[in-house]
Amino acid sequence: MELILETLGLAKSAELLSLSPPGWGANLLRGLANSLQIAFGAFGFGLVIGLFGAYGKLYGGVVVRDLLAIYTTVIRAVPELVLILILYYVGTDVINQVSQAMGYGRVEISGVVAGIWVLGIVQGAYSTEVLRGAIQAVPPGQIEAARAFGMPPFMLMRRVTIPAMLSFATPGLANLWLIATKDTALLAIVGFSELTLETRQAAASTRAYFTFFLAAGALYLIVTLCSGAVFARIEKWSRRGQPSLRGSNK
Amino acid sequence: MTTSDSTIQNNAPCEVQDEAIRVMDLHKSFGMLEVLKGVSLKAQKGDVVAIIGGSGSGKSTFLRCINFLETPSSGQIFVNGEEIQMRPDGSPVNRRQIERIRTRLGMVFQAFNLWTHRTLLENVIEVPVHVLKVPRAEAIERAKVLLDRVGLRDKADTFPAFLSGGQQQRAAIARALAVDPSVMLFDEPTSALDPELVGEVLTVIRDLAAEGRTMLLVTHEMKFAREVATHVVYLYQGLIEEQGPPAELFENPKSARLQQFLKTVG
Ligand SMILES: Nc1ncnc2c1ncn2[C@@H]1O[C@H](COP(=O)(O)OP(=O)(O)OP(=O)(O)O)[C@@H](O)[C@H]1O
Ligand SMILES: [Mg+2]
Repeated sequence: MELILETLGLAKSAELLSLSPPGWGANLLRGLANSLQIAFGAFGFGLVIGLFGAYGKLYGGVVVRDLLAIYTTVIRAVPELVLILILYYVGTDVINQVSQAMGYGRVEISGVVAGIWVLGIVQGAYSTEVLRGAIQAVPPGQIEAARAFGMPPFMLMRRVTIPAMLSFATPGLANLWLIATKDTALLAIVGFSELTLETRQAAASTRAYFTFFLAAGALYLIVTLCSGAVFARIEKWSRRGQPSLRGSNK
Repeated sequence: MTTSDSTIQNNAPCEVQDEAIRVMDLHKSFGMLEVLKGVSLKAQKGDVVAIIGGSGSGKSTFLRCINFLETPSSGQIFVNGEEIQMRPDGSPVNRRQIERIRTRLGMVFQAFNLWTHRTLLENVIEVPVHVLKVPRAEAIERAKVLLDRVGLRDKADTFPAFLSGGQQQRAAIARALAVDPSVMLFDEPTSALDPELVGEVLTVIRDLAAEGRTMLLVTHEMKFAREVATHVVYLYQGLIEEQGPPAELFENPKSARLQQFLKTVG
């Protein structure tokens, strides 16, 4: 193994990327773990917002619909980097002011929580639209049948609407998840040590820019490939009741 | 209709006990369009009421008002003697009451409306298990019996999209039977089917009629209506133009419009 690396001239890189110091591999992986944690949290938080948002847009009153229209329009219009700065500083400021008013003094806000909150709000706007489209694609007769048999609204959502819309929503949600993993990189500007920031620090202190950014790129690629496999399974499962568009060839 | 008026006042228990559905002076408008202009109908237990009429006469709307899939504009609806509480504008007072009453009304739709993400067995047990809280094992046993009855036992684990229209509609009937409904509502159950598939669905409905199921059946199949119905109602532009026992209504229609209608549908 070492011989192969040696002959390829990669021994130096392997040393830099090794998990134990002086290698920076552990830092990169820690950054990746942070990124994934935030991406996962933000995606989940975004889904919750999206579900409420979609239902609000479809069934809500005029006020709810207008507020949601403002939310989705503004969030999708403003560049994410700007939003992150605004939401991050506004969010932490508001929390601090509230806590000071209640006499607690300044609070330390964890980077992970702040990241989830900021990206989650961004994701929520896109999720709202993805889920709204998916809910509208559910044949109305299926929802009507559930109502006709006396299903209460929440059960109807859980037992009929959500499973029936899943196949329409998965491609859009898979996109959102991948965007979430990559948007975590934007959190570097508020000093959060996710994968990109860790990579930059490692690169800057060793001057091995190429090695580290390539390694980070590879890590993002691995995440994407794994996510792709997971979403493909979810989509296949959610389409289990639908004949294949290519005709039956099983 | 005078007898039904007197039953409200003295609430004669035996009458009410045998009464499955009573609709009084039902009105329904969509915006400016008045689709039902005061329809009254009564069905005793075991009755099979066929509702016929031209396209747009309000048949579906009438059926859908009974389980509040459409909100009536005014009128009164009784199911098994229980009145559905309505506000003056027809909107329901109590969502729970509507849900409870809906579980007693098994509806079968023109477009089947099976849940496509569930197998036939899952479709049939869905309402018993989740709405009526029947133990799962018990619901499955019963579902198998019902699927057997409509000739679909071997398709229990198939998804609806892989079945013919006739099979889907028979499964939809099994789903409606699974709640052991006191009244079944059929809205043109065979209209979406290829002619050669109509027979198999009608056979199932005929059996249900024979065993004394109470049904309201909107249909374009006149021969079938005549054969299974105990009472036929002809709707014309949102009003009952004529009603009576099938033999009388089909042999001897009094209204000129019904005569004309029967001629056109053959
Ligand atoms: N949701 C709705 N909004 C507005 N108008 C409606 C709605 N549903 C039905 N209508 C109108 O009400 C009238 C009666 O419709 P309905 O579906 O009850 O007729 P039908 O007797 O069942 O006809 P068909 O035999 O074609 O099924 C029609 O003119 C129809 O256009
Ligand atoms: Mg109709």
